[in-house]
Amino acid sequence: MQTFKGIKIVNGIAIGKIKIYKVPVYTINEELVSDTEAEIDRFESARVKVQEQQNALACKVSKEEAGIFEAHAMMLDDDDLIDSCKEIIESGHSAEYAVREGFDAAAKMFSEMEDEYFRARSADVIDLKNSMLDVLFGTDTESLQGNEPAILVAEDMTPSDTVKLDKSLLLGLVTRQGSSNSHTAILARSMNWPTLIQCHDITDDCDGKFAILDGYNSCIYVEPEQYLIDELSAKQAEDKAREAKLKELKGQPSVTKDGYKVRLYANIGGPKDVAAVLENDAEGVGLFRSEFVYLNSKTDPTEDEQFAAYKKVLEGLAPRLVIIRTCDIGADKTIDYMHLGKEDNPALGFRAVRICLNRRDFFKRQLRALLRASAFGNLGIMFPMIISRWEVQECKEILEECRQELKAEGKAMGENIEIGIMIETPAAALCADELAEEVDFFSLGTNDLTQYTCAIDRQSANLERFADTHHPAVLKLIRETIEAGHRHNTWVGICGELGADPTLTEEFLKWGVDELSVNPKSILPLRGNVRNVDLSKYETESPKPEAKPEIKPEVKPEVKAEKPKGFFGRLFG
Amino acid sequence: MKEFTYRITDPVGIHARPAGLLVKEAKNFKSTITFIKGDKSAKATSLMKLMGMGIVQNDEVTIRVEGEDEDTCAAAIEKFMKEHF
Repeated sequence: MQTFKGIKIVNGIAIGKIKIYKVPVYTINEELVSDTEAEIDRFESARVKVQEQQNALACKVSKEEAGIFEAHAMMLDDDDLIDSCKEIIESGHSAEYAVREGFDAAAKMFSEMEDEYFRARSADVIDLKNSMLDVLFGTDTESLQGNEPAILVAEDMTPSDTVKLDKSLLLGLVTRQGSSNSHTAILARSMNWPTLIQCHDITDDCDGKFAILDGYNSCIYVEPEQYLIDELSAKQAEDKAREAKLKELKGQPSVTKDGYKVRLYANIGGPKDVAAVLENDAEGVGLFRSEFVYLNSKTDPTEDEQFAAYKKVLEGLAPRLVIIRTCDIGADKTIDYMHLGKEDNPALGFRAVRICLNRRDFFKRQLRALLRASAFGNLGIMFPMIISRWEVQECKEILEECRQELKAEGKAMGENIEIGIMIETPAAALCADELAEEVDFFSLGTNDLTQYTCAIDRQSANLERFADTHHPAVLKLIRETIEAGHRHNTWVGICGELGADPTLTEEFLKWGVDELSVNPKSILPLRGNVRNVDLSKYETESPKPEAKPEIKPEVKPEVKAEKPKGFFGRLFG
Repeated sequence: MKEFTYRITDPVGIHARPAGLLVKEAKNFKSTITFIKGDKSAKATSLMKLMGMGIVQNDEVTIRVEGEDEDTCAAAIEKFMKEHF
């Protein structure tokens, strides 16, 4: 048995024969040709054919990946690239020679660029060069994969190669080169093939041998021992059964056996997570951490920059509700350009909404960007680290000021923007009745709530013994917050880690939680848990009035309209 | 001649697909559109050269428009930039 290590891109197990995928190496005749016009015609017809191929590939994949091939087709329309190839032909060379020289020069330009994104584009140009040469040499690229199911082993894969593969014959993918940001990696992830990259040592003589690709251990076993075959076959069957079960849950309602419906939303960190929200069938976004716009920037991000990022997410997920949490920097997330200064006790210091309320212009830039983006989807705005009612009122006043400004400027905005706050301090949880009168929703941030309630720093290794994630004080605050919210028609969600804790799902539902917001990967398993819960048994239990959930309408414009919420309720309700 | 500056907000900068769309848009006009960043410049009708400028987020670019339809062209390109980059 031989074992080759690589880097796992997509987890999973593939069992079968290895097929070495060898792209043809062309020997290009450098001799001068006399019929220049014929060569130009060959070049042109190859270019048109490859362009058609790329457009056809774009139709085969999802919208996100289609961009790769659409961009390829556009590159083939580039006048400079076409002219440089034609000039080479006119100086007496063959179409093949011109393609190699012309495309290599363009690839070289990209590979020498500073920015990683642009450097990676040289692979696109090489991909196009190979496709052009395949056409010019008349190679049948479809035969490279063979005609039986196999684990493909390649030097590297271009996006075109990857998409052309017959998926029904592909068990897994191993490349000797490749990077985790490559298009191939992106495609492999979206197709969910077990995939290893940078498996440098695997040799061509493995062709045809029986092997197991083990994503869990990031390696491939060639001619494995029997015990490994038994063990990993069982693991593979287990994976398949679990996946099939989760897949069945897509499109299903998140409802208990006795009909109690809860909204399952996703926590995300930026526009790049939109795909994962859709892929895992989240019903909305319960927490979009806006920090990335501040952390990814060297200078204070402008209103337009923020607007672009929020718009992308709202548009991509419409008509789903997307709750964006306003700036939550400070504490462990410091940013140079903010000049926040060092604090002895940052978790209890100048952070989140406290910074925003003291730096009004900074806050207004974000609120204006959010309001402008609200025209493109279904936005909720959430303020973090609230402890007092006046803070919420001041946030709403500033938001209203921004709204009036934008209205005067003639900017489009959404009509029904829900306003909420994080409940992540014991103060907020204990004043929940008062706070609920100000907002449409609460979201319990259980990580901070636990840290502040128990006075336990979760990062500290010495405190492990004392840290109880299910501490009764925390659970009591959660339950009382839900009840307080419901007394005022304010819906209540949980967006901290406890939301995804399967041992608490039943308890939360029993208390009447309206929404659970978890990382996208946890959505489907959590939906499975919810669908297994039966709350009817609690109805016959001994007197425990709080144990009976208040079943609320899913979206509640009518409730919002009734609610006395001062000027803001009237404006947005 | 018309000239304006634009600061790129797109996290990736002037990247392949929207750059391709920009080229298509630019070809609708008679004016010559030039993108300038520092000592580098490229015609808006040339996808590779445009991408070769390596324009990334927060870069300030100057866009120069020269030709008979420069007024409508500059307005259209400015709108396009705001929508895509």
